[in-house]
Amino acid sequence: MLQIPLWNRLMIIVVVLAGLSLAMPNLFYDRVERHNDAVAAIEATGASTDALEADRALWPDFLPSTLVNLGLDLRGGAHLLAEVQVTDVYEARMDSLWPDVRDALRDARDQVGTIRRQDAPPGELHVRISEPAGIAAAVAAVRELATPVVGLTGIAAPTLDVRGENDVVIVTLSEAERQATDDRTMQQSVEIVRRRVDEAGTREPTIQRQGSDRILIQVPGIGSAQELKDLIGTTARLTFHPVVRRTTDPEARVDAREILLPSLDEPGAYYVLEQTPVVTGDDLVDSQPAFDQQTGQPAVTFRFNPSGARDFGDYTAANIGAPFAIVLDEEVISAPVIRSAITGGSGQITGNFTVAESTELSVLLRAGALPAEMVFLEERTIGPELGADSIQAGEIAALVAFAAVLVFMVMSYGLFGVFASVALILNVGLIFGVLSLIGATLTLPGIAGIVLTIGMAVDANVLVFERIREELKTAKGPARAIELGYSRALSAIVDANLTTFIIAVILFVLGSGPVRGFSVTLGIGIITSVFTAIYVTRLIIVTWFDRARPKTIEV
Amino acid sequence: MRLRLIPDETNIDFFKHARLTFGASVVAMVLSLGIWFAMGLNFGIDFLGGTTIRTESTEPVDVGAYRAALEALDLGDVSITEVFDPTFGPDENVAMIRIQAQDGEESVTPETITAVQDALRTVYPAMQFPSVESVGPKVSGELIQTAILAVLASLAAILVYIWLRFEWQFSVGAVAALVHDIVLTIGLFSLLQIRFDLATIAALLTIVGYSINDTVVIFDRLRENLIKYKTRGLQDVMNLSANETLSRTLMTSGTTLLALLALMVLGGDVIRGFVFAIFWGVIVGTYSSIFVAKNIVLMIGVKRDWSKPDQKSGTQFSNIDA
Repeated sequence: MLQIPLWNRLMIIVVVLAGLSLAMPNLFYDRVERHNDAVAAIEATGASTDALEADRALWPDFLPSTLVNLGLDLRGGAHLLAEVQVTDVYEARMDSLWPDVRDALRDARDQVGTIRRQDAPPGELHVRISEPAGIAAAVAAVRELATPVVGLTGIAAPTLDVRGENDVVIVTLSEAERQATDDRTMQQSVEIVRRRVDEAGTREPTIQRQGSDRILIQVPGIGSAQELKDLIGTTARLTFHPVVRRTTDPEARVDAREILLPSLDEPGAYYVLEQTPVVTGDDLVDSQPAFDQQTGQPAVTFRFNPSGARDFGDYTAANIGAPFAIVLDEEVISAPVIRSAITGGSGQITGNFTVAESTELSVLLRAGALPAEMVFLEERTIGPELGADSIQAGEIAALVAFAAVLVFMVMSYGLFGVFASVALILNVGLIFGVLSLIGATLTLPGIAGIVLTIGMAVDANVLVFERIREELKTAKGPARAIELGYSRALSAIVDANLTTFIIAVILFVLGSGPVRGFSVTLGIGIITSVFTAIYVTRLIIVTWFDRARPKTIEV
Repeated sequence: MRLRLIPDETNIDFFKHARLTFGASVVAMVLSLGIWFAMGLNFGIDFLGGTTIRTESTEPVDVGAYRAALEALDLGDVSITEVFDPTFGPDENVAMIRIQAQDGEESVTPETITAVQDALRTVYPAMQFPSVESVGPKVSGELIQTAILAVLASLAAILVYIWLRFEWQFSVGAVAALVHDIVLTIGLFSLLQIRFDLATIAALLTIVGYSINDTVVIFDRLRENLIKYKTRGLQDVMNLSANETLSRTLMTSGTTLLALLALMVLGGDVIRGFVFAIFWGVIVGTYSSIFVAKNIVLMIGVKRDWSKPDQKSGTQFSNIDA
């Protein structure tokens, strides 16, 4: 009656052993982590040092070395949620479009007359023509510039929306192009954030795009969210502008297509610059910290790509004697006078840098400018000590909970309680095994989830045991009672756990961060506890029953 | 000698005081709603926006001095609470400072945080700040929406699941019991002004998960007994089912509460609110499985004979021809 086929038994044993062996490295968390880091470092650099080899030897290579990731609340670190101002890019696009629009309208001069760019809301380009009668021709000429873009619908749409109002041509990006641009902006932003965080060399950062315009950044081990923000929040947009004049009036009036920017070093000094830059940081290929050869001051060198070098060379050759401004993130770093044409495509920025600042700036320039500004919607810093305290408290609580439940179970169900306890220990092992296997992140609520699972995991066993007790009352003999107990309790177990599992899934889908960590452990706990209750305890009980052959059993 | 929470054979009439128990639940729900509307919830920064700073010093926490130090910064609403915990050492004095979202800022500026930290260091120069968390008003608004959505989605999912597995009367009873548990928990949080944040929502959903688990086990037995004892009265069969599963209900609640108790006492202050919510939820969840869910099903009534098609619906027009 109480038969479990051999292959079935083997399967159960293999699953349990596999789960436990995956969980085991977590008992030696520190050692395994150092081993893993050493292996990764040796692989990355191809070179090995004695220190690395010593770390590597802390854990044998042939054993599993997967670990549960610790969440920020347990390890300490910083969490940022940034919103990328994707519309910033529209403005830059319109600026770069202007020369083409101008050329196109010039070609149609005999119909549209003279043209003039006008102030416009961000993301729009307004051009006034002197012959209102030629507006249709002007619109047609500008439309020629639009190239088709394949939108979400799969139908090619033009990149530009062009319309005429009286004597003004209004150009905006089309809806399809906006979406495509937003997507590109986000990809670039994520990539640049990743590069900057990687340059800082921290462990296992999480950088994820969220929704249409957000980036989630989690960096364990970093001191504070502020440090992280300094690293990734700086746009690092380097541009070179012709200088119109210098002023000390912060309210100075500027003409259209001109901008007023403050000086970084000289308080109270302002520069009026032409808005359209000659060259931008996009054309940089390299940047390094250096020292100025004359003054010995920290400086940053840079090198342009060929097209940037050509533009820069042409401009400097044509404007010898005139000043030009080096602008970083809306501040003028310096405004030297051009002494000779700079044709080599490389140069140097000097300002009042410290060595650390020049290093940081070169890192930022190398990683590239962010295509758009980022606004931080959410930031959290958790100190490493707080995380360590939480782990310790969680561990103690889990052990006490564990012991209490075991005692309670044994007192209530005697030998069967011992069986359930063994299953419970295996269950916690399996939870850690699965967490390690899927590379899940353990958070403080996640630990709570495990403790809750310890309490609830006995439920399936309790259901079975109570059922066996009932079946024993109708006196069909112990073997029959055990069998009926399992089969009749099954529907209750399945229904009860499936509903809880639905909740875990909803928590996972809608939750974030720690809450998600909780849902993962809860969900895994449900699966493993059903597995251990239905298969493992059953296997133990059946094996015991076969050996002992008791005439009566007491549950 | 075995530990028995209850005698092996129980024959408790759970409907004997139905007016009292069900009435108590209704009164408690009304009271909870009243407290909720009158006192409001002590929302954390997750839902309100703003910044919390955790301070730690060797010297005892002096809320008055902290407040005085921060007054000059003109930060609007500032709340300072001392944190007590048995796991703290004698020279670990912790306080939580919450600052409202500042006008026109998405999240708090570094200048504000530095200013606050500097001001507090005038009280105790060696003060540490183990955690600083800041949520902008934009995100907090979305988090509220997501939280409400999560609770509604889980109730809807359970409604549908129980409906598919059992009968619609059961799913109404189960969901009524869940609403009961949620409302009572929110009421308690409102009454005690415990911080209500994202973790509390997770706790609410866990309560939903636990309570439905309990209810389903009783329903499952009820379904079995309804088929077994076709002629006995519905109330009778319900009592039988509840008595048969009572031992299990109390065992599982017992082990779960035991585990939660350990976590509540020893798990540290960071998750105490979260654990407390679940602890309370397990108690009301167990109560509602026994005294609320079944009563609702009894009120609506349930179709007993599942082997024959329902005579009342769908056949009345064909009767005319016959």
